[in-house]
Amino acid sequence: MPESPLVRLVGVSKGFVKGRETISVFHDLDLAIPAGDFVAVMGPSGSGKTTLLNLLGGIDHVDAGEVNVAGQRIDGLTESELARYRAGNVGFVFQFYNLMPMLTAAQNVELPLLLTKLGKAQRRSHVETALKIVALADRATHYPREMSGGQQQRVAIARAIVSDPKLLLCDEPTGDLDRATADEILSTLKVLNSELGKTIVMVTHDPAAARFAGRTLHLDKGCFVEKELAA
Amino acid sequence: MNDFVLIRKNLFRRKLRAILMIVSILIAFAIFGVLAAFERAFNVGQEVAEADRLVTVNKVNFTQPLPIAYFDRVRAFPGVREVTHANWFGGYYQDPKNNLIVFAVDPETYLHIISTDMVIPPEMRQAFIRERTGALVGESMASKFGWKVGDHIPISSNIFSQKNGSNTWDVAIVGIFGKRKPQVGTNVMLFQYAYFNEARSFGKDTIGWLVLCTTSPSINDQVAKGVDAMFANSSYETSTDTEKAFNKAFVAQLGDIALIVTLVVGAAFITILMIVGNTMMMVVRERAREIGVLKTLGFSSARVLHLVLGETVLLALLGGIPGLAVAAAVTLALRRSLVEFVPGMALNVSIVLAGLGFMLMLGLATGLLPAINAWRLKIAVAMGRG
Repeated sequence: MPESPLVRLVGVSKGFVKGRETISVFHDLDLAIPAGDFVAVMGPSGSGKTTLLNLLGGIDHVDAGEVNVAGQRIDGLTESELARYRAGNVGFVFQFYNLMPMLTAAQNVELPLLLTKLGKAQRRSHVETALKIVALADRATHYPREMSGGQQQRVAIARAIVSDPKLLLCDEPTGDLDRATADEILSTLKVLNSELGKTIVMVTHDPAAARFAGRTLHLDKGCFVEKELAA
Repeated sequence: MNDFVLIRKNLFRRKLRAILMIVSILIAFAIFGVLAAFERAFNVGQEVAEADRLVTVNKVNFTQPLPIAYFDRVRAFPGVREVTHANWFGGYYQDPKNNLIVFAVDPETYLHIISTDMVIPPEMRQAFIRERTGALVGESMASKFGWKVGDHIPISSNIFSQKNGSNTWDVAIVGIFGKRKPQVGTNVMLFQYAYFNEARSFGKDTIGWLVLCTTSPSINDQVAKGVDAMFANSSYETSTDTEKAFNKAFVAQLGDIALIVTLVVGAAFITILMIVGNTMMMVVRERAREIGVLKTLGFSSARVLHLVLGETVLLALLGGIPGLAVAAAVTLALRRSLVEFVPGMALNVSIVLAGLGFMLMLGLATGLLPAINAWRLKIAVAMGRG
């Protein structure tokens, strides 16, 4: 019997009201992403890439349909239930890092652990492990302003994985980085996928970035077009 | 790290702004502390008032006299255990700037009634009763002027004069008394009514007021009404009330201190409320994206609300507690120079507790709107992802 997918969208519809007009982003959209997959989502601006991440992250609500993640149906959850869902199941990586400027790298990484029942020593151990994975153990006491863009993004990745979520949602994670640094970040994501088994959904405009993913979904006018990337 | 560290780091991420807000709150609480200490000191007489003591004054005004004959008539009234009388002398020593609080009293009855307030050695008590020109001086007044037992002091009045035209009475200090309760002032002099009365050029055989003790506080009202009824329709109608009410009315001559304190502190608080509240609203707007990030990480809206409220409460405490410390220092410094007027001036526990309560209220009030805004903020809007 095949394993059920980690992410499953069934008949999802979503639109936005703009003035008197309702703009439909998705209509009756289906999607299945198996656990351990690394999926890149590409598409023109306004195609619904970020909306898709918002729905998977429990940041936005569907108008119709089902959103299942890690065996949990999240489309009907309340705000506080969605907060718990995000804390326990999802890690986010943003284009502009979004670190807290007044906290050190270690404190930024520790933030999601404040929502757990872990003790101080356990939290410290988890933070050290996460920073080691992104090769920034020696920068634990540095503030974001003291680090390069690539280092800040690696701290953001450490923050995303520190609570061991099943799903990583990355929104243009290399959009603000040069090619070499972008490749470093993408390699880190690849390692998280291949060695730690994290399921990753990454929105990107960059075909080079998409090549790090196992498959690419092209989103256009609210519909997926799947194709294998050329080597 | 914990939520407190997060709150503290958020508060001090712009140090100058935080320090300016803390200083403004500090000033407000320093004003509150000093004014509250003043207000309490002015009303301290109400605290020392005995439950069974009544005061009878002229119904027109307590500065108007009563006939001395009232003393015996009140003493004979059913329910009255003992009575004494006193006169305001309006004294000064050598120079009118050296004000003295001096009362001309009936020695035996007066000392008996005030024995619950003051500590007077028995031999000094006897000397005061015995010596017609004797005077008892409180510790504070004796210390201020360097007086000791045996000194002969000329005390002058800016109200009364003698038949020979002089306004000075020579008294001999026969005793120095202390206090039994911390609120009691000892910047007071007592001398004999008989000595005062025989020499004065006007108002002879009149007294300022009567102090009477009832057999039980439960009959205070009945006795007060009975005494006033006894002198109704006479040339000197009376008004009898509890000592507490009398002391309160005496202080009210100087204006409603409580109202002044409330208005000054209220104005300072409202100003600070607006400054801090407006600043915190800006802060939340500036941090909208970070609030969005926290919510994305799984922080609930309620927890974000607590973080914002925690920040404003911490701000109020960081400004308020040093503010009360400044008020305590100022009160201590003023205490010696104002001992003549407000002997009980101190920043006591009740003022500190009230201050802490106000800090909490200020913190919650200034943080409420920004916290609600943070609570309601949608992630997609905060992150520009909508």
